Amino acid sequence: MSAVLAVTDLQIAFGGVKAVDGLSFSVQEREIIAVIGPNGAGKTSAFNCITGFYKPTAGAVILGGKDITGKRPADIAAAGISRTFQNLRLFPDLTVLDNVRAGMHLYGGQNWADAIFHTPRFTRSEGAYTAEAHHWLDFVGYEGARGVPIRNLSYGQQKQVEIARALARKSGLLLLDEPAAGLNYAEKQGLLSLCRRIRDLGTAIVLIEHDMGLVMKLSERIVVMNFGRAIAEGTPAEVKLNQAVIEAYLGKDDEEVASHGDA
Amino acid sequence: MSENVDTTLAPRMTRPPSSRLSRLFESRQLGWVALGIAVSAPFVIATPYALNVMTTAAIFVLLASGLNIVVGYCGLLDLGYIAFMAVGAYTSGIIAKAFDLPLIFTIPAVLVMTVLAGLIIGAPTLRLRSDYLAIVTLGFGEITRITANNLTVTGGPSGIFGIPGLLKIGDFDLQSPAVFYYVTVIIVAGFVLAAARLGRSRLGRAWRFVREDEDAAEAMGIHTYRVKLLAYIFGAIWGGFGGLLFAAHLSAVSPQSFIFLQSALVLMAVVLGGMGNMRGVVIGALVISLLPELLRDLAAYRYLAFGLLLIVVMVFRPQGFWPSLGYEPERRKPDIPDPAGATEASR
Repeated sequence: MSAVLAVTDLQIAFGGVKAVDGLSFSVQEREIIAVIGPNGAGKTSAFNCITGFYKPTAGAVILGGKDITGKRPADIAAAGISRTFQNLRLFPDLTVLDNVRAGMHLYGGQNWADAIFHTPRFTRSEGAYTAEAHHWLDFVGYEGARGVPIRNLSYGQQKQVEIARALARKSGLLLLDEPAAGLNYAEKQGLLSLCRRIRDLGTAIVLIEHDMGLVMKLSERIVVMNFGRAIAEGTPAEVKLNQAVIEAYLGKDDEEVASHGDA
Repeated sequence: MSENVDTTLAPRMTRPPSSRLSRLFESRQLGWVALGIAVSAPFVIATPYALNVMTTAAIFVLLASGLNIVVGYCGLLDLGYIAFMAVGAYTSGIIAKAFDLPLIFTIPAVLVMTVLAGLIIGAPTLRLRSDYLAIVTLGFGEITRITANNLTVTGGPSGIFGIPGLLKIGDFDLQSPAVFYYVTVIIVAGFVLAAARLGRSRLGRAWRFVREDEDAAEAMGIHTYRVKLLAYIFGAIWGGFGGLLFAAHLSAVSPQSFIFLQSALVLMAVVLGGMGNMRGVVIGALVISLLPELLRDLAAYRYLAFGLLLIVVMVFRPQGFWPSLGYEPERRKPDIPDPAGATEASR
């Protein structure tokens, strides 16, 4: 087992606010890690630092032995991280298939001259793009129409397409920012099995999630964040009983330590 | 969030074409019909005036198809597009006149100069988004015109005239009005087809991803800056060739041809026709260039009528005459096997 991703002492400050303040954690191959914490703990900021949308003020992000700290998001994506966003960031007016094709941009296979002259290379690569797009939509269990614009889809379907788009990148590490938010029970169960199938492809997953039931069932390790740093790390069973975690969620001196069921 | 595009202008057609008529409009053969109309137009009316108007309209279609790459596909609001036409026109005019060459031999120089112009204007400005980009491109457009107005090599305010024709072999002169019209139509058709094909390719999709959401595109590994620069360069090449044809058509180039109004008119053609859809843009360009001529009977009121018509169209059809289609065929190709290696993580 080697570390896919190693984050050390990551920091970012917006003015005086230290959103991420010395976060360190690592992700092993084929591992599912959950990052939890109260709202404003810096989870999404940490994701944005790792994927290059924010330039960290200090710290290092090492992906598969390569330093990717502060690089362009596109270069980081090319290096092997794909992600979804907290609030869906799909291309609303483009079709479902086109949205998934976005994840395949780095496959190449054609250039502008091929496109202008419709060379056999172009026809071949377009066919492959379409076939792959269908493949990933099947993989995430998407059953809706595929040639219609994304804006016509329900929220749950849009979430599926966003994961399909991220998977089409075929990277070794997938960051999911609140994948279960807004999903109903059945959809959450689908997400659970989907994440396991993604892991079985050989992809490590880091997810931010507020649904404790899902987190406890799915993740192998949990990183708990508060005030920009990791306050606890361990298996779900360990984290559940961790005093610092309980304090972060429920406040100090509270004797009614509830089990972290569905939050 | 990407603020590149006003969502009220974005395509919104959301269902497959239901009627036979709308299916006809989406048919692939429609381009041939359009070409047929363009080719047969001189058989209907072939007065020198009509040929002149039609040639100008064809050149205008070329400009609009180029701007559609920048504004329609990639969502970069360019208010100084006519600068690229100026670069093309002046480059071909100056070189052809200095070496007394037929204009056709200046094509490589026009290509080089427009690509350069695209890089020079695009490289510093494309880091900006939306409104800022619009203002900077507006500035560059004016800088180009004023530079042409003040340099000696461009002939100052009076410009260059007596530019040699496109090509002359023996008695066969490409410059005679009817022949020149057909040459223009063929060149323009080629460029329009190329632009439409680019729009349906991997690069064209990348442009749309950038237009819809720059950050999400970036997260998918699309180098948005590079992709935007490519859109700009392609737009510049299209504009440059428009300039070359313009110089050939009038055999004269002067700074008055490249005022801001021209940029605005080309942009109007793109928006009116339907941003991002090459068919709509061709229609838009024809309307913008031909309508003032058709309204000539109204004399002084024709621009009033023209303006009112534009307002009415934009109020009742903000997405343009013919916006790009929001759907694609659902059918799968069963002959393509599940891609091997699709399940393999690659890093």
